[in-house]
Amino acid sequence: MKTGTPEAGRSSTGAERAGRDSSPSGTVAVEARGLTKLFGTNRAVDDIDLTVMEGEIFGVLGPNGAGKTTMLNMLATLLPIDSGEARIFGYNVRSQGHAVRQLIGVTGQFASVDENLTGRENLWLFGRLQGLSSKRAHSIGDDLLAQFDLAEAAHRPISQFSGGMRRRLDLAASLITRPALIFLDEPTTGLDPRNRSQMWDTIRDLVAEGSTIMLTTQYLDEADALAGRIAVIDRGRKVAEGTPSQLKTQIGTSSLRVQMAEGADTAKAVALAAELTRVTPIVSPTGSGFSVTLSDANQAADVLIALRNHQLDITSTTVEQPSLDEVFFALTGHTSETRIPETEVSQS
Amino acid sequence: MTATMTNPITTGRPAARTVKASVPVREALTQITTLAWRALIKMSRNPEQLVDVTFMPVLFTVMFGLMFGGAVSGSTAHYLPTLIPGIIAMTTITACVAAGIQLREDMDKGVFDRFRSLPIARIAPLAGPMLADLARYAIAAGITLTVGVIMGYRPGGGVPGVLAGVVLAVITGWSIAWIFLWIGTRARSVGAVQGMSMMIMFPLAFLSNAFVPVDTLPGWLQAVTRVNPVSHVVSALRDLVNDGAVTAQVGWALLGCATVAAIFIPLAVRSYSRQV
Repeated sequence: MKTGTPEAGRSSTGAERAGRDSSPSGTVAVEARGLTKLFGTNRAVDDIDLTVMEGEIFGVLGPNGAGKTTMLNMLATLLPIDSGEARIFGYNVRSQGHAVRQLIGVTGQFASVDENLTGRENLWLFGRLQGLSSKRAHSIGDDLLAQFDLAEAAHRPISQFSGGMRRRLDLAASLITRPALIFLDEPTTGLDPRNRSQMWDTIRDLVAEGSTIMLTTQYLDEADALAGRIAVIDRGRKVAEGTPSQLKTQIGTSSLRVQMAEGADTAKAVALAAELTRVTPIVSPTGSGFSVTLSDANQAADVLIALRNHQLDITSTTVEQPSLDEVFFALTGHTSETRIPETEVSQS
Repeated sequence: MTATMTNPITTGRPAARTVKASVPVREALTQITTLAWRALIKMSRNPEQLVDVTFMPVLFTVMFGLMFGGAVSGSTAHYLPTLIPGIIAMTTITACVAAGIQLREDMDKGVFDRFRSLPIARIAPLAGPMLADLARYAIAAGITLTVGVIMGYRPGGGVPGVLAGVVLAVITGWSIAWIFLWIGTRARSVGAVQGMSMMIMFPLAFLSNAFVPVDTLPGWLQAVTRVNPVSHVVSALRDLVNDGAVTAQVGWALLGCATVAAIFIPLAVRSYSRQV
């Protein structure tokens, strides 16, 4: 039978644990080396290395089909690892799955709660399954319902829940045993702005209380707002990793945004900007402006002078830190909006 | 198997926890009964799922009794002692098919993803619903007997014989259901489970002595019906319910059920675990 202790000496010692209160500590929560998943010949996850420290929010950023969910499912013991290895708090995901499952909470993209039960019954069910007494399962469930603003809906069947309520209940169900590590797969996809910011607050609260969070997102602003560190995943491969500001500086010091005047030749302006900066500018969705990352802020003047010399009128311009959109574009050669055909196979 | 070791990991606020190498038997039993509770709630909120154990037995008992009674036994009244145990066996087996379909439906839903991610016994999501399904088999047997009595059937085994018959039916249902549960873990869609289950359910129920005396069949078919465990279940039911007699057939029936369970429980659990 599998052993009940972590295999490697990667976990913290008792001395390190003593007196630890703030995050991140020195304990490694997730460690993956050469993580790979094949679906036929498609390398859905391709040789990914990751290290997540205890107490941090680690963001996995990538477009649809990049392999984020597949990677998360492998780390959460939901999908077999084809090659490479992963450890959660020192426990081998491949060989010590039962130990790993005791340390993690998983909230998937699709609400994994029982449609036939009420909110309260769901939480009771998952509490009981994890060894709580009936009474304790009820009291923890009720606390969570109150905390997640679901108390009024406690006795309603899930089928009458709104999308935001389902997400909240789903997250609540992952927190019953206060797992040390929480996997959140696109926690805000499909939520309205109000629910989205509520979810962000909840995620920050969890980390403040000592949990470690690994979340996937296809929203650059979400990764920027929540994550201490981000791995950018594209077509199964990790293309970059770092803090949001590291990623931004990796691309360039700043970016120039230009709004063209009506009737001005945007295409020509973009060509000029590309020539001067040697970077492909991103044309705005309306086609009436563009933005381009600059390796040197002085290039902004060069571009604007060139536009003036060619009688290309502008209505406004700003120079700012590059957005993660531009980071993503610079790293992968396509914007995060690019919809790659859905190859991300969710397990089931 | 219940080795508990102190886990060197704690989190800030979340309480220090111990990580167990496996699920202790007592916890596994709690998980199974908890999931049985879930299945019973589901049943009570979707009463249409009980059609196969409520209306079907009524329909089959009335239909077969009136249609075949004269042809097989001279009259409906004479046919009932042969027919009722046969219908009990058949409706129980029909009710089993739902086990595989329900499992497939469940596995395709989000809630099963959560079961997979929880540190629970691997067999619990299979064994829980199986426990709840015992109620379905009891309902099927009970309704068949009730309709039979209304039509004039008088079980000679009395109350003990009838109760023993119901228990045997429930045991049979539980054992045979593992076949369909296994199919449920193998097939890709609910439709496929349904199709494959029908192909197994019909020969199992009809290539037996459930509705007709075996000696009217061609020789090779008689051989088939003799190895079919359902025939032994039907014979045992007749002995118990009609005569109140615990005969060798009861032993053969139980042995048949045990054999089916011994083969298909490991198959179902392994196939389920592989998909986890």
